[in-house]
Amino acid sequence: MQFESFSEFLNMGGYGFYVWFAYSVTFFCLGTLVIVSAKGQANVLTKIAVKIAREERLKETREI
Amino acid sequence: MLKWLHPYAEPERAYQVAVKLQFWFIGLALALVAVGTTWGLIFAPTDYQQGDSYRIIFVHVPSASMSMVAYMSMACAAFIGLVWKVKVADWAVASIAPVGAVLTLIALVTGATWGKPMWGTWWVWDARLTSELVLLFLYLGVISLYASFEDKVLAARAAGILAIVGVINIPIIKYSVDWWSSLHQPSTIKITEKSAMPSEMLIPLLLNIFGFGVLIIAISTIRFKAEVLARNSMRPWVRELAKAQGIK
Repeated sequence: MQFESFSEFLNMGGYGFYVWFAYSVTFFCLGTLVIVSAKGQANVLTKIAVKIAREERLKETREI
Repeated sequence: MLKWLHPYAEPERAYQVAVKLQFWFIGLALALVAVGTTWGLIFAPTDYQQGDSYRIIFVHVPSASMSMVAYMSMACAAFIGLVWKVKVADWAVASIAPVGAVLTLIALVTGATWGKPMWGTWWVWDARLTSELVLLFLYLGVISLYASFEDKVLAARAAGILAIVGVINIPIIKYSVDWWSSLHQPSTIKITEKSAMPSEMLIPLLLNIFGFGVLIIAISTIRFKAEVLARNSMRPWVRELAKAQGIK
């Protein structure tokens, strides 16, 4: 353990702003990327499902 | 070798492999990055010259080095896609590019926040920083070329050529600190000789470098699955999947 107290840890020897800014940018960007990527598959499947449903409706109206 | 690999070039097989592997990659990446970051932030000793500001190294170096590794993997996939017309390789290019772009952005921003307290400036137009910025533009070029064609076979060819040509930038980034005088410090981790860093700093750094590497693989795998599905939307197996999972 390099820090005596939590406030010393936050202060980072006077460089707190720079260190925490760098770390928050890093993990914010990575987190956003993971969330966007994880949602990608569901989006694609929904689009395909909507298209299939549309094709089926078209087929039905043609049969009538 | 080729005979053994060939079945995996088939979209459905590739998709299933990606589904199976993704959780392993995510788990390993999270574990490595969590341990490396905690170690680096709390337990690694303070630098005698740079104080605690040097702790930015534990995210800066992993993202910067992995942005180059990601580029090389993307270019290899582009080469395979162009030469042997392997479509899954083209889709891998499309999946890796955004991940690499985000890592490059992280490397640039964390570099700036480290540069401000140490060099007194957020940005200088020196060789290392400028070539890394060019890397970001190369990634953006690959992403936008792939996005701008409706015909994805053509899109992958255009994006792939740019990816391969852009490889020239990688050695420029790597050796820029040796070739030109730069504000940027030369590399501390050396493969052939002893690293200029005590092991209490080196181990968490290596953990994070490796962790970021696995994280690229993990996120690319997740993106790759979606890309495979999008490119095979007319195939029966994808349609079955869409009917089962698409509408909630």
